[in-house]
Amino acid sequence: MKKILIVDDEANIVISLEFLMKKEGFHVAVANDGEEALELIASFAPDLVLLDVMMPKKSGYEVCEAVRRNPERAGLKIVMLTAKGRETEIAKGLALGADAYITKPFSTKDLVAKVRSVLGDA
Amino acid sequence: MLQGWSIVLASLAYLGVLFAIAWWADRRADSGRSVIANPTVYALSLAVYCTTWTFYGSVGRAAATGIGFLPIYLGPTLMLSLGWFVLHKMVRVAKANRITSIADFVASRYGKSPLLGGLVTIIAVVGVVPYIALQLKAVSNSFTILLHHPDIVMPTGLGAVPLLQDSALYVAVGMAAFTILFGTRHLDATERHEGMVAAIAFESVVKLAAFFAVGLFVTYGLHGGFQHIFDQAELVPRLAKLMVAGDSAANYGSWAALTFLSMLSVLLLPRQFQIAVVENVNPDHVRRAVWLFPLYLFLINIFVLPIALGGLLRFPTGVDADTFVLTLPMAEQGEALALFVFIGGLSAATGMVIVETIALSTMVCNDLVMPVLLRWKSLGLAERRDLSGLLLEIRRWAIAAILMLGYGYFRLAGEAYALVGIGLISFAAVAQFAPVLFGGLYWKGGTREGALAGLLAGFVVWAYTLLLPSFSKSGWLPAEFLSHGPFGIELLRPQQLFGLAGLDEISHCLLWSLLANVGAYLALSLRRAPDAMEARQANLFVDAPVGGGSLSSWRGSARVADLLALVERFLGVERARTALGRYARSRGASRIEELQADAHLIHFAESLLAGAIGSASAHVMVASVVEEEPLGLDEVMNILDEASQVRAYSRELETKSRELEQATQELREANERLREVDRMKDDFISTVTHELRTPLTSIRAFSEMLFEDPKIDLAERSRFLGIIVSETERLTRLINQILDLAKLESGRADWTPVAVDLSEIVRESMESVSQLYRDKGVTLECSLPASGLEVMADRDRLMQVFLNLLSNAVKFVAPGTGRVEVDVAATDDAVQVSVTDNGPGIAHEDHEVIFEKFRQGTGNNGTLTDKPQGTGLGLPISRQIIEYFGGRLWVESPPPGSAMAGARFIFTLPLPTTQKEQT
Repeated sequence: MKKILIVDDEANIVISLEFLMKKEGFHVAVANDGEEALELIASFAPDLVLLDVMMPKKSGYEVCEAVRRNPERAGLKIVMLTAKGRETEIAKGLALGADAYITKPFSTKDLVAKVRSVLGDA
Repeated sequence: MLQGWSIVLASLAYLGVLFAIAWWADRRADSGRSVIANPTVYALSLAVYCTTWTFYGSVGRAAATGIGFLPIYLGPTLMLSLGWFVLHKMVRVAKANRITSIADFVASRYGKSPLLGGLVTIIAVVGVVPYIALQLKAVSNSFTILLHHPDIVMPTGLGAVPLLQDSALYVAVGMAAFTILFGTRHLDATERHEGMVAAIAFESVVKLAAFFAVGLFVTYGLHGGFQHIFDQAELVPRLAKLMVAGDSAANYGSWAALTFLSMLSVLLLPRQFQIAVVENVNPDHVRRAVWLFPLYLFLINIFVLPIALGGLLRFPTGVDADTFVLTLPMAEQGEALALFVFIGGLSAATGMVIVETIALSTMVCNDLVMPVLLRWKSLGLAERRDLSGLLLEIRRWAIAAILMLGYGYFRLAGEAYALVGIGLISFAAVAQFAPVLFGGLYWKGGTREGALAGLLAGFVVWAYTLLLPSFSKSGWLPAEFLSHGPFGIELLRPQQLFGLAGLDEISHCLLWSLLANVGAYLALSLRRAPDAMEARQANLFVDAPVGGGSLSSWRGSARVADLLALVERFLGVERARTALGRYARSRGASRIEELQADAHLIHFAESLLAGAIGSASAHVMVASVVEEEPLGLDEVMNILDEASQVRAYSRELETKSRELEQATQELREANERLREVDRMKDDFISTVTHELRTPLTSIRAFSEMLFEDPKIDLAERSRFLGIIVSETERLTRLINQILDLAKLESGRADWTPVAVDLSEIVRESMESVSQLYRDKGVTLECSLPASGLEVMADRDRLMQVFLNLLSNAVKFVAPGTGRVEVDVAATDDAVQVSVTDNGPGIAHEDHEVIFEKFRQGTGNNGTLTDKPQGTGLGLPISRQIIEYFGGRLWVESPPPGSAMAGARFIFTLPLPTTQKEQT
């Protein structure tokens, strides 16, 4: 069973994502800010991270950068989530090493599909 | 010892020394270490003013008229000490406009007129030839006298000496050769001769030393000092007269005239102009000359009177007073001293002749010969490749010709006058330059015709009242000419013109000639306004802008190759290439051919040529190369008006350009502000987008999930629906607030202030939030006046503010122990409301931050465990509302240790005036 880490500072969004992912059969962990996210990446060792960008303490960009700098986590997939949809933001995220980028509000179907495709299985 | 050959040898040796000094100074100049860039050298070189006239003639004049020799030196002293700024301006203007001679100066000032240049040259040559003759006479006489040592013999009957035995001829030829060798070795674009200046400064020292030597000899050697000589002279009645200044009006008049004349001559004699203006290295050198030159004059004149008296005492009769400086040492067997004195006299003569003939030959070449030759198509000069050799040849011939003219005058007319008399004739001639020159320097109204007329009139009158009489007195013209006037017309007697008798001839000449000169100059100048060229030159000369004038008004195009060929033709290939190469490099190109033939380059070429052939001819030559665009009639009319218009336009241009600078600066600042605002707008929009999308995300996600899976259990279903509802509310609140804010900031809020009861509003808002407070267990207290506090505001908006403050307070205090106090107080003209809580408070650095949009009081490291459910817009909106109604909203932190140690929000609202009256 694949492990997914959900990172977002908005409690309600976390709830929705958690429910969604669990329903799809993933093992889910939750972090509310960037620092917690890095800790859980280390301890929970997820296969994919659903990463919000605008967060206190450490932004999603910083987390992405940190993860990509660590060669041990090379296989970790990162999907960035944000309400900011400007092209520069998307480009920045992808440049920092995210594998995919989804804008809020998202369609739950699209989100699931993207997670699965990034994880590379059916 | 004083054999002919020894005198000649000594003379040649001295000339050799002069030559060596000149050559050395030229070498130093070429290597860049000029010896004459020294104010003392400049001041000494000005002493070329003192010729054999000073050396021999002063004593002669003193013997005849006592201190009547002084005015000639008083003039220059006054001019330098009081009028030095005139010389300074002349030097500055001359440098800025590359003036190479006095003819060039006048021609350039009045619109670059070749005709004027030619006229000035003619007047200068005719006027100065007598003066040159004077030098020849002095040298040849002194040579003759010395030769007859130990006998004292006066040279007489000069005209009778056969030509080939006349020492004066050989002196003339010798001086011509020397000057040619000295001054025409190459053409210099600036017409400066560093070697010559150095040699002149040297010979100034030599003649002063020689005069001092004989002076000391006579005063202390032959007599017992100044007092002794004067005492002895008192004893002789004839001599006693000399020591008293004459009292008659004629005497004063004569003094005034002579002083005035010498004031002008120290600047206007061609040699003086050459040395003082053209050869000047730095205009500031004039300042030292202000005191050094008068000092020199003083020193060289100290012993004049003693020598004169001593001579008269020694030789009561039979010896010309002019020769005393020589004959006194000779009479006492002082051979060495006599030789030294002779060398001193030779020094004075050669100095004058060299500088004068070089200056004159430059003028003759540039302003007389070249303009004629260039226009003489048949000579085909315009096609000749290299004209620099021709120019030098012309100058050499000019030098020879001038000296021969001098000799000619000497033979014809030199007999009749004592030395001083001849010199004054020349002074009066160059005085004719004064109106056009000084007028041109200080008055913009002078025109070409005015200058021409003035010069001609003055010259004619001078020639008539002074020059022709000098021929008549020598017998070359019939004597009746003087005594009865031409053709017997008494009224036109040359030296009593129109019956004006009683003046000495110099004053007489001066009066009439200057009257005619100034009269004609003014009359013709005022007949029309100056044309464009004259006006432009007038500005350059009278205003003398620092840094030189603006570019020449060349309209048209030229090819660089043509300009190059032109300059090479007159300057010689090598010098032309050097000068133009330097110019090219200063403009950033490696070769001159790379540059555009723009107005700048054309102007530079013109100024280079001006140095070689004078500015008038240079202008003509460049014009032949530049293809000027044809002028239509309109343009001609415009150009005629140009003079006055240009001045007005340039002033306007100055103000306009200043305004433009200011506008550009303002534009730049506005652009900056706009960019800043744009950035802020971007940020705001981006943040708003984010804030709106976040609740939408939850709403959508949960809605979709509920829609997809109807089999979700009830507990979770209600939970999700609850979240959807609250997020919807959140979204609605946010949208409302954003709209509020937008309305407020765009000024479109149109709430009408009515009188509202503050206490009532407070009570109502407290009522609204009471449930919230009870739920969290927070106490809410207030101290209010019962009623009566009325402010002008909108009821709902004021409620909004209160609700915002109260809900903020309850959000941030701890549950159970939390306490919020509301306090209302009134002053004379305002009411103050404060909401204080005992929560964690707000850090001082955040006091203003919290009033910014979307900022919440969590700081960078959020210390609160619960993220408050807020939009971050409440406080900014509240502040806007309060300020809309004329109040202020801010936050304070109560002092630590007080009971309510959280945050205190305070706002004020103005009380309407009626209220004030009531309380």
